[in-house]
Amino acid sequence: MMRADEQMRQAVGSVPPGYALADVRTAPAPPLVEATVAIVTSAALAHPGEPWPEGSHDFRLFDRDEDRLVMAHNSTNFDRTGFAADRNVVYPIDRLAEMARSGAIGGVAPRHASLLGSTFELATFELDTAPRLARILRGDGVDIALLTPV
Amino acid sequence: MCTRTVSALARGLEAAGIATVALVSNRPQAEAGRPPRALYCEFPLGRPLGRPGDAAWQRRVLDAAFALLPRRDGPVLADFGEAIHDEVDTPLACPLPPRRDPTEHPAIDEARGLRPAWERARARHGGTQVGRVVDAEGLPEAMRALVAVAEGAPWHEVEVAGGDFPTLLMDLRTYYEEAALGLSEHVPAARQAESWLYRETRAGDLVRAFYERVRQAEPAFPGLYYVIPASQVDEPLF
Repeated sequence: MMRADEQMRQAVGSVPPGYALADVRTAPAPPLVEATVAIVTSAALAHPGEPWPEGSHDFRLFDRDEDRLVMAHNSTNFDRTGFAADRNVVYPIDRLAEMARSGAIGGVAPRHASLLGSTFELATFELDTAPRLARILRGDGVDIALLTPV
Repeated sequence: MCTRTVSALARGLEAAGIATVALVSNRPQAEAGRPPRALYCEFPLGRPLGRPGDAAWQRRVLDAAFALLPRRDGPVLADFGEAIHDEVDTPLACPLPPRRDPTEHPAIDEARGLRPAWERARARHGGTQVGRVVDAEGLPEAMRALVAVAEGAPWHEVEVAGGDFPTLLMDLRTYYEEAALGLSEHVPAARQAESWLYRETRAGDLVRAFYERVRQAEPAFPGLYYVIPASQVDEPLF
């Protein structure tokens, strides 16, 4: 029998981006040992009691020390027990802190971002959401964003 | 769908001067979405770093992702090389509480009986994800709305906590899956607690009965997709 995730990957794998993609641009990254790293996750992290509206293109910022975040993503089609047991399997904030302490990365960003990954329309994410988020991250001294889906 | 989203975000962040590396969970979507630097991890959906509670494994994933950062020849799509799969066909084996009140609906009685296990999980893991529209204390009573629909009441005439059945159903799922964490000595493989809920428990029977009532209902039920995971029903949801 096909595994659940394999079924999902096949069901949605052929859904196109839905807009014309420009050529890929890559920004230079400083050496990792000097870089400040932020997490950007599509897991719809939230403070308890603050749901995400369906179809949102917004982002929310969370201080690196916040430890009561919930995953408010609306999809039923992925595992949720991993995050319930260990947030780092989605939001590896403790791993980054360990890497900063050991000198593997330069530092952990003071704030990290989350969005709702099930929003279907993508162009707004690339052309509006991302530039707005980038301005804030740059202001926080971020060099590198680590993106995680669910 | 999240791989589509992180791909678009990565493109936009890079264009705005932030270097990125994306963990992606759907290879065809990453190929189409062309994030500048991506590491394909064939891990369970919902566990992009693979193994909860395994810091060394998570660190290996991060090291592999960050190793892509010097690359400027994007789109770069590398493979982590080791896979982890869900175990949807192996429901978690854990005991269910005995009936406490034979006059109560079996699912509601069961939910009350699982409260100690849920409390253990909350203490062990430092919190809960329950609470979108009801907390653990209020869940059993809120389940009466599901019972009413499952027993034939028109869904649109039943008052539900928060005004929204799918959100209540997510609280129910979360409560049960957290209770499963409290009943298990280890973190279950992906989807094991999900299959335990929907295939082994009275609450799962209730959700299935609710689903059968609303799937053909008039007026059409909004959010049928959010009632039960696609992996737990026979007919395709897409």
